[in-house]
Amino acid sequence: MDIFLQQIINGLVLGSIYALVALGYTMVYGILGLINFAHGEVVMIGAMVALAAIHALTGTPLPGPVIVLMGLLIAIPACMLLGYGIERVAYRPLRNAPRLAPLITAIGVSIVLQNLAMIIWGRQYIAFPPLLPNDAYVIAGASITLLQIFIFLLAMAIMAGLIFLVKKTRLGRAMRATAQNPEVAGLMGVNVNSVISATFIIGSALAAVAGLMVGAYYGLAHYYMGFLLGLKAFSAAVLGGIGNLGGAMLGGLLLGVIESLGAGYIGPLTGGVLGSHYQDVFAFFVLILVLVFRPSGLLGERTTERA
Amino acid sequence: MRLSGRFSFGLAAATLILSGCQETSSLPKVGEQLVKIGHAAPLTGTQAHIGKDNENGVRLAIEEANAAGIVIGGQKIRFQLLSEDDQADPKNGTIVAHKLADAEINGMIGHLNSGTTIPASRVYHDAGIPQISPSATNPKYTQQGFKSAFRTMANDVQQGRLLGQFVTGHLAAKRIAIIDDRTAYGQGLADEFEKSVKANGGVIVAREFTTDKSTDFRAILTAIKGKQPDVLFFGGMDPQGGPLMRQVRSLGITARFLGGDGVYTPEFIKLAGSAAEGAYSSLPGVPLEKMPSGIAFRDKYRTKYSREIQLYAPFCYDAVNIMIEAMRRADSVKPEKYLPELAKTDHHGVTARIMFDEKGDLKDGAITFYQVRNGKWEVTETLSSMPTASVPTAATPVADEQS
Repeated sequence: MDIFLQQIINGLVLGSIYALVALGYTMVYGILGLINFAHGEVVMIGAMVALAAIHALTGTPLPGPVIVLMGLLIAIPACMLLGYGIERVAYRPLRNAPRLAPLITAIGVSIVLQNLAMIIWGRQYIAFPPLLPNDAYVIAGASITLLQIFIFLLAMAIMAGLIFLVKKTRLGRAMRATAQNPEVAGLMGVNVNSVISATFIIGSALAAVAGLMVGAYYGLAHYYMGFLLGLKAFSAAVLGGIGNLGGAMLGGLLLGVIESLGAGYIGPLTGGVLGSHYQDVFAFFVLILVLVFRPSGLLGERTTERA
Repeated sequence: MRLSGRFSFGLAAATLILSGCQETSSLPKVGEQLVKIGHAAPLTGTQAHIGKDNENGVRLAIEEANAAGIVIGGQKIRFQLLSEDDQADPKNGTIVAHKLADAEINGMIGHLNSGTTIPASRVYHDAGIPQISPSATNPKYTQQGFKSAFRTMANDVQQGRLLGQFVTGHLAAKRIAIIDDRTAYGQGLADEFEKSVKANGGVIVAREFTTDKSTDFRAILTAIKGKQPDVLFFGGMDPQGGPLMRQVRSLGITARFLGGDGVYTPEFIKLAGSAAEGAYSSLPGVPLEKMPSGIAFRDKYRTKYSREIQLYAPFCYDAVNIMIEAMRRADSVKPEKYLPELAKTDHHGVTARIMFDEKGDLKDGAITFYQVRNGKWEVTETLSSMPTASVPTAATPVADEQS
């Protein structure tokens, strides 16, 4: 039982990071119908900037958690600026172009950001200095660290905040209006361009938080880290129903837990025929099953026909 | 990659374009003959730091040879490095191999990974190009019957056998858990290690798998934790090994950690942080400090690149020098002329005294074991892979053939 509990804990922490990144994909898709493949790279840049700031501050008499917080406070505006810039340069000029065009520029931006990061920070892995307590608590035979609890709670809090923003605020209403029909929203006095910019900026801020979380959790950052993370998070968004905020959260958490359980139990379940390297196969098999029976994802609805 | 072929193709195309700029331009002067040395390693992606380290090792040897003004066949020789990025991907390995073969290189140093080296070796063999891999350890590479394939590092059979003896002898461990990254290297080494452990009376309590792109190992480690192993062995490279080590300790697993040559890097210690303390690794060859030219090489590398050697740069440096020596002995830079000389190599390199057997493997590939002590890799002992040689179980100083 303790192993099962441990796998659930592993999965929930991993899943909450996926969920945070998935929100960035799903917000942009919900409003623009565009898959922003550069989002994984924004996460990477967030981690890199935060780590650079943290490395610069390490050695000062500030306590560890304060340094990490400062890193985050520097990374968030940096990513917001980046997100705004990406939208401005790569997507806005193509707003009325065929759908494939912004998809290609998204991939282009992703490659450019990866290579920029490689030039700036090098090919080396950047280690996260041990600033945060890494003591493990043992609960019912499963060990959990303070960092894991913190990552999970912070991710949940941010997601709750985001849902509040979209459902209850003026900006959120403008976002929902733009998602339904940008032209009509524009006629009603909504500044569509600034709503879209705001979407990218908020998504990128979440990416910065996720980037720092990944860096702190795994103890490293690398210019290539955004690629696989981006794919997984995108899959999580699709699993939950892309365009749906709750769906991204659910999809992220589910994907994390499925991966963990898959890696832990696929060997014993198949009598050793399939080993733990099939964990991704397992996760994506679940994704395929869900999409076969619910093509729009778990919480997705047959939503707006986008022009 | 899971998303779409188009995406990875785009990435591949872009990196090919980028890597096109990496040739060292050195135009031959009048009266000089240009000799092209090919090199391939992952220069982008998760192993880029090790790939670049390889390239640095090759470049250092080539620049020294150019500075020395070598004359072969009555002509002054100018060596040129053609370095390609294979992304540690077997598909790309053969693509760049064809590219290099088309460029009519005189010799090939690479690739870094077994997974790329094995498929690429057929291309070089068919083109008649001698190939020395500095770091591919999977036994298959030299078992294909290609006369053109050599390596400057002990293979997995040699290394795996000694790893198994080390665990059951030196560490006196009984219960062993194994994780590998499912690459030709990681899987190959783990398989040989498993055989050796069983032959020496150890028990494999768990065999788990990951990939060479993973960062999260908590799920498989949790499964392993329940089996209570004495030693956890990892077949793979440092980008996974470092975070894995960290997660091992944060899950409260107390088993000792052992890896192959892929984790013997400063990067591993950096990534694992304080969790690295006490970890073991093995590296084919004699410690650099024990070789007369080894320390000189380390200092030259530091001065030139202002960074520490990651991993295989010394093996690359040796590989280039062996190739150039063979050309000088044959007095020809033509592959078919100097290939027989290459097979007769007896070279006192920076990693070991290098001689090839009939397959192109190292004769007596010594293996050195290292342990992390106070945040640095320190030598534990060196074992000889000669089946007849007695295997010391206590820490013994390294026999140094040259001093």
